[in-house]
Formats: sequence, C-alpha cells, structure tokens
Amino acid sequence: MSGEIRELWVYLAASPLLGLTLTLLAYQAAHALYLKLGSHPLANPVALAVALIVALLTLTGTPYDVYFDGAQFVHFLLGPATVALAVPLYAQLPRLKQLFGPTMLALLAGSVASVLSVWWVARALGAEPRTLLSLAPKSVTTPIAMGISEKIGGLPSLTAILVILTGIVGAVIGPALLRATGTRDPAVTGFAIGMSAHGIGTARAFQLGETAGAFSALAMGLNGVVTAIVVPLIARWLS
Amino acid sequence: MLASLTLLLVLQLIGEVLVQWLGLPVPGPVVGMALLFAALVIRGDTPAPLRETANTLLQHLSLLFVPAGAGIMVHAGLLAREWLPTLAAVVLSCAVTLLVTAAVLRLGARGR
Repeated sequence: MSGEIRELWVYLAASPLLGLTLTLLAYQAAHALYLKLGSHPLANPVALAVALIVALLTLTGTPYDVYFDGAQFVHFLLGPATVALAVPLYAQLPRLKQLFGPTMLALLAGSVASVLSVWWVARALGAEPRTLLSLAPKSVTTPIAMGISEKIGGLPSLTAILVILTGIVGAVIGPALLRATGTRDPAVTGFAIGMSAHGIGTARAFQLGETAGAFSALAMGLNGVVTAIVVPLIARWLS
Repeated sequence: MLASLTLLLVLQLIGEVLVQWLGLPVPGPVVGMALLFAALVIRGDTPAPLRETANTLLQHLSLLFVPAGAGIMVHAGLLAREWLPTLAAVVLSCAVTLLVTAAVLRLGARGR
C-alpha cells in the first residue's frame, strides 16, 4: 500500500467504525454470493464472510484485536438474539407438549454422543490434551462453550473457533444427512440440527421452515444446559 | 421495536444476575430465554412488536457469529498443526450427534 493509504487505514482502524462496517459489508457480500450460488449449503455465509475478513485483515496487517474492537457490537447482539429465541419456541408450544418425553431422551443421548465422539476421534488421531478439552463443548452455542472450556482447562478462544466450525459443518451436512437417513418430520430435523450445530444450525433450520427453526432453537438452548453439566463429568472421567 | 429490544436486554440482564447469584452453569442469555418463554406461556400470546423485533434479530442470526469466527486467525498456527484430528473429529462427531438425536427422537415420537 502507498504511504497515504496506509496512514488513512491506520487512522480508521483505530476507531470501531472500521471493524463494524467491515463485518456488515463482508456478511452482505457473502450472503449475496450465497444466493447467487443458488443457496448451495457449501457456500455457507458465515464461512464466506469469515474468509473475506481474515483475508483483508491479513493483507493489511491488522491484528484481530483491533478488528474486534469494532466487531464486538455485532458480537454483543448474540445475547439479545438468544433471548429472542423464546418467541419462535413459544409458537411451537402445542407440538412441544406433545413431544416432551422424547425430546428429553434425545437431548441426553445427543449431548453424550457429541462429547464422546468428538473426544475419541480427536484422541485417536493424535490431538493434544488441550485441544481435546477445547473440542469437548463444540456443539453448544459460543458463550456457553467458552465458559465450559475455561472451566475444564481448554482454550476458550480456540473453543469459539471450533464451535463456529462445528456450526458450519452441521448446517452444511445436517439437512442432507437427515433426509438421506429417512427423517421427514421438520420437528425432528430441526431438533437434531440444533443439537449438533447450535445457532448457526438454527439459522439454517429457519430456512427449512418455522417448525424446524423453533425446534432447533429449543435443542440449542436445552443442549447448552445439559452439555454444561455433562462435559465436566466426561472430561474428568476420560482424561 | 425500542420497547421490545429493551425487554430483551432487561431479560438478558436479569439472566446474568441470576447466574451470578445462584452460580448456575449456564450463561445469562439462556436464562433470559427461559424467562421470556415462561412469560409468554403465562401471558398466552406474543405481542406483535416483540414478534417483529425477534424476527428481525433472528433473520440474520448467522451474521452474529462472524466476529468470533474471524478469531480463527489467532489460532492459525495450532490449527495448521492439528487440522486433521480437529476437522475429522468435528465432522464425524457432528454426523454422530445428528443421527443419534434424530434416531432417539423418531423412536420416542412414534405413534404420537
């Protein structure tokens, strides 16, 4: 970059405006590209936006902390958005009452299966203990997962990345895998996606329909609670 | 819109306070979600402005994960070293979780 542009960049990077604007622009570009590619699940908007931002920050030599100073305003909205998930959930109240027992069973089975499978596969392929501990809570929403990771001795910031990676993977493979294995009920599809891929999966489930989205939100909320209890127990038992 | 957004923030705040006081193992926003759900059940319907605000926020839920996702650049070194166990574990475990959850729920929901 020429001197003048570099100076301008350094000046702008010092205010939250740049990180915030960059996040919104990158996401909208990613979303437009996703639509242009016929909403292909592999063109996940989160993955595309992250790739764009990382490329730009790396090219300009901007540290992540400087970017996050601005981007934290978007990150902050995860809190109220989580609270807002109660609204679609409430809309599914009759269905929820009907499926209460089975959802509790599926919740417990899915949570334990998630933690055990990620642990065993990663250990069999030679991951370090710290990586294992950071991976264990990968299927729950970012703030819960980071809290669990910290509690059991993982790296919270690494956990955040693995959680998002898991969300993208679940959003990409979830609908197709469930369809291929004969799941037709949108409530079951949504619940399974929310169990494995938290909020990113829930965003994907809402594209499949209101019922799938609401059950995904339900699974995500419940799985956060159950995993917060299950992971420390399993981690103590396995390590 | 403004009142609904304030309501969401107030419930999140109450959630955070309860988590601190009671030493709950879950984050404040999840407690806030439970509180709002309980309030809606008691009230018996969702006010239209709240539904609109919730829809607006949830429509772009994916966007909210982008800032944390860009943090991948901080752990580029570790991930370059351990990309195979990490990626394989995430993909396989994701598939296992999806299949186990769906199988148990389908089995339990049969005939309802």
